[in-house]
Amino acid sequence: MNTLPKDISGWGRYPVQRCELVRPERHAELWSEAPSLLARGQGRSYGDAALNAGGRVVLTERVNRFLAFDRDKGIVRAEAGVTLAELLALTVPRGWFPLVTPGTRHVSLGGCVAADVHGKNHHHDGAFGTSVRELELITAGGRRLRCSAQENVEAFRATVGGMGLSGIIGEVELQLRPIESAYIRARHQGAANLEQLFALLQDSDHDARYSVAWVDLMSRGAALGRGVVMNGDHAAADELSGGRRLTPLRLVPHKAHNIPFAMPGWLLNRFSIRAFNSRYFRREGGRDAPFLVDYDTFFYPLDTLDNWNRLYGRRGFVQYQCVVPTATALAALQQLLQRLATSGHPAFLGVLKRMGAQGTGYLSFPMAGYTLAMDLPMQGATTLALLDSFDEVVLQHGGRVYLAKDARLAPASLRAMYPQLAEWQRVRRELDPQGVFSSSLSRRLRMEEEA
Amino acid sequence: MSGAILILGATSAIARGAAAAWAQRGYRLYLAGRDVESLRRDAADLTIRYGVAVHFGAFDAAAHDSHAAFLQRVTEEMGELEGVLLAFGYLGSQARAAADFRETLIIINRNFVDAVSILNLCADQLEQRGRGFIAGIASVAGDRGRQSNYTYGAAKGAFALYLQGLRNRLFPAGVRVLTIKPGFVDTAMTFGMPGLFLVAAPQDVGARIVTAVERGRDVIYVPWFWRYIMLIITCIPERLFKRLKL
Ligand SMILES: Cc1cc2nc3c(=O)[nH]c(=O)nc-3n(C[C@H](O)[C@H](O)[C@H](O)COP(=O)(O)OP(=O)(O)OC[C@H]3O[C@@H](n4cnc5c(N)ncnc54)[C@H](O)[C@@H]3O)c2cc1C
Repeated sequence: MNTLPKDISGWGRYPVQRCELVRPERHAELWSEAPSLLARGQGRSYGDAALNAGGRVVLTERVNRFLAFDRDKGIVRAEAGVTLAELLALTVPRGWFPLVTPGTRHVSLGGCVAADVHGKNHHHDGAFGTSVRELELITAGGRRLRCSAQENVEAFRATVGGMGLSGIIGEVELQLRPIESAYIRARHQGAANLEQLFALLQDSDHDARYSVAWVDLMSRGAALGRGVVMNGDHAAADELSGGRRLTPLRLVPHKAHNIPFAMPGWLLNRFSIRAFNSRYFRREGGRDAPFLVDYDTFFYPLDTLDNWNRLYGRRGFVQYQCVVPTATALAALQQLLQRLATSGHPAFLGVLKRMGAQGTGYLSFPMAGYTLAMDLPMQGATTLALLDSFDEVVLQHGGRVYLAKDARLAPASLRAMYPQLAEWQRVRRELDPQGVFSSSLSRRLRMEEEA
Repeated sequence: MSGAILILGATSAIARGAAAAWAQRGYRLYLAGRDVESLRRDAADLTIRYGVAVHFGAFDAAAHDSHAAFLQRVTEEMGELEGVLLAFGYLGSQARAAADFRETLIIINRNFVDAVSILNLCADQLEQRGRGFIAGIASVAGDRGRQSNYTYGAAKGAFALYLQGLRNRLFPAGVRVLTIKPGFVDTAMTFGMPGLFLVAAPQDVGARIVTAVERGRDVIYVPWFWRYIMLIITCIPERLFKRLKL
């Protein structure tokens, strides 16, 4: 197979590293002999999770065939390169929706499994792994292993959330959720500060299936952590009106706009972000009455702008996403926002979610508590120092950082954050004794090494 | 739209693109190639996405004696054919071909002799039926011999000439023949090649093939601007061309 040495990055465009790319066209070619291998889906993880500097990266984009679709039971089986966008296009018109979806549909099924992604419904339905009925894992040497919650359970738990380090996921079989329409009944509520935001997220009277809060990261003082809680549920067919009611599962596709090249780095600064946030807060915070919105707009607002990561300029950006346990979550997140405010560092797009119980995989990110994600333009040492100080707060409260978004965590922090790391290491060593599967992330965090 | 379309060399990226475009229009398909397990997967994918019947089976282009029986089987399974896309080919290596005649033979056979063997039979069938089409993937490399790939170019050029003759023969019978000349397409063949520019996605090329068949075109270049690139290249006088490093 032809190889292509190329400088690539994750979605944050930081770091950029030279990898040896191969792109199999068929499932049978997923495995190739190389000293160091890593699968890559759509490159929507932010940092270095899908990079393998100096080693081989297997692009799975062309290994994207649907293999089976049971329209009565809502079970679909596909090659791991199939994207959520392709899945939605197939299943929504037939009344089925993924049980769990992240905030973009431009991700592969393999990537969703490897990061055990969570959606706005984690507090109800868990992470992606709970919807996986079976996986085909291609382990070191090219052996194919079927694994699930019943069969080869340990391999399953090392692969779900395992960041591609247990092998290449070849096929994924998923359970889907029945829906009556392609629309969401949504409701927005503004909150003047973080405490109020927490109160709204906990409010069981408004316990919608989907729930997420946008946080104004540039707010200060009494308004620290102000934001908008966005709740939603799948709308029933008879809630729709007019033409929509006749074809409740059909959507008119949206046209995406493209950011053609890296914008000047100063575009997203404290002042422009502050101005945007104030407008957004006033506009979205006031839509308290329930309204109907198509699923695309509700789940994938960022997908309307192709390559929006170029807004951050050449140096790229980092996303800091952490989860902290319920008991002290409010205090912990207040401290984080306080540190951010004092630092004066610009930060765009804050997202706060409630999370349910710990997931399937040994390294699954979610735990019962609250998760906050923030996008920070990469400004070198100041950014890295600020994030290190965030780690202190998160560690103090028994929380953890999301590996699918990480570009700079320290090996010692990883060990404190992921208590099942040793089990994961044991299973990984059994599956891949030579350590063929490796990534820039795994080497930076010394994930294979004990202590 | 009850017709069935036979795709030879169906696991190639361009063939996959064309198969998707035909399936979207409701055509039934027969996918043929060497890698049956891959064909099985492609067939499942097309059926699930587009809800059409897709059959598949092993086809060995080099086994000329088996071609008649193969076509017979396809016709029995699918009914009469609406058309055929021939998508198999082999780039090989010019350097190896120069050093080892076995490589030369494979290049010539796969791109020309094998193709002629199966298309002769398809042509007879379609001619008798009095409608339908044959589409063959040649190459811009066949428009002018260059030191970097003249064995491949010669075989593809011969194939293009064959298709031209077939077009002439089948015209009165109402059977269309389309010659496709791809430039750089983003396939396994070109992945990682240095110096490529304006590379087309195989899905787009596949969709172009399908519309070109619908419009009854004779020869298409994909992407379209390759017609003009090749026009310039074929206009360079030989006295000058032979000095170029192309
Ligand atoms: C706008 C946006 C919104 C997002 N929202 C969310 C969200 O709400 N919740 C959430 O959890 N995440 C979210 N993410 C992160 C994203 O869902 C994950 O990073 C996901 O893993 C990306 O999938 P991918 O196909 O792009 O994988 P890549 O980024 O290419 O790879 C991610 C990891 O998966 C591994 N991998 C990929 N394919 C395979 C395979 N076939 N076999 C084995 N390993 C494989 C890679 O090795 C790597 O470790 C978001 C990302 C973006 C850009």
